Amino acid sequence: MRHLLLIAMPTLILSAGMAQSATIEVTIEKMAFSPAEVEVKIGDTIEWVNKDAFVHTATVKGGWDVQLPVKKSGSVVVDKAGTLDYYCRFHPNMKGRITVAP
Amino acid sequence: MRVRLISGIAAIAALGLAGSLSLATAADKPSDPQIAHIAYTAGAIDVEAAKQAIAKSKNKDVVAFAESMLRDHEAVNKQALDLVKKLNVTPEDNATSQALSKAATAERDKLSGLEGAAFDKAYVDNEVAYHKQVNGALEGLLIPSAQNAELKSLLETGLKLFRGHQQHAEHVAAALK
Ligand SMILES: [Cu+2]
Repeated sequence: MRHLLLIAMPTLILSAGMAQSATIEVTIEKMAFSPAEVEVKIGDTIEWVNKDAFVHTATVKGGWDVQLPVKKSGSVVVDKAGTLDYYCRFHPNMKGRITVAP
Repeated sequence: MRVRLISGIAAIAALGLAGSLSLATAADKPSDPQIAHIAYTAGAIDVEAAKQAIAKSKNKDVVAFAESMLRDHEAVNKQALDLVKKLNVTPEDNATSQALSKAATAERDKLSGLEGAAFDKAYVDNEVAYHKQVNGALEGLLIPSAQNAELKSLLETGLKLFRGHQQHAEHVAAALK
């Protein structure tokens, strides 16, 4: 149901004559970001869904820091093109990458 | 008569061999109830260390690190307790758990005599060494020995968690210098 809404929304926005944007979901389970690498466009939303019993973060050094409490989610909207490497501050062995196309 | 003697020796030799093999197995390969006990003990030790650091340290990075140790190890130990309950396994005390507890008590006593920056450094350095040691045991012994698939999977998640903690501790240690 939620996925239907996510698909439906950009269509509505597009028909209103605005740029198409999407929400990309990254799951956190068993101490890993999955998928670890995503390719998105400017204006897209990345949503992390934490399915672990541990608190995590999605943190870009010198950039944003998304808190991800147990069984909760958090998101950011990407606003510039480039490659963003992020990690979890509590478990620096958890790493992910977002490639943002213009 | 001769035949019986030979077969008797063979039987003793076979027994001896089997005996030493099973001893070696018992020493090298802990059982699932023992593994559960070791993993739980290792977590509980780090919870105690974290509580001591939260009470004693005035460094905000050290306290934040200790708080995340407390939170994560309590969470993983709760998962371990839920699993042993589900599997109807009673964790079994053993020499490895006892050695871990003994070393932890000595470390806690040592840390209780330190204050300020000396405490912070000793706590964080020990956290690096301790997680390294537990990771070695998980990787080299506990995970390969675990028979139950769910226990093995929990230990594998535990290894990733402990590796994360080791790196986190290394970052805090580097910042203290
Ligand atoms: Cu994390």
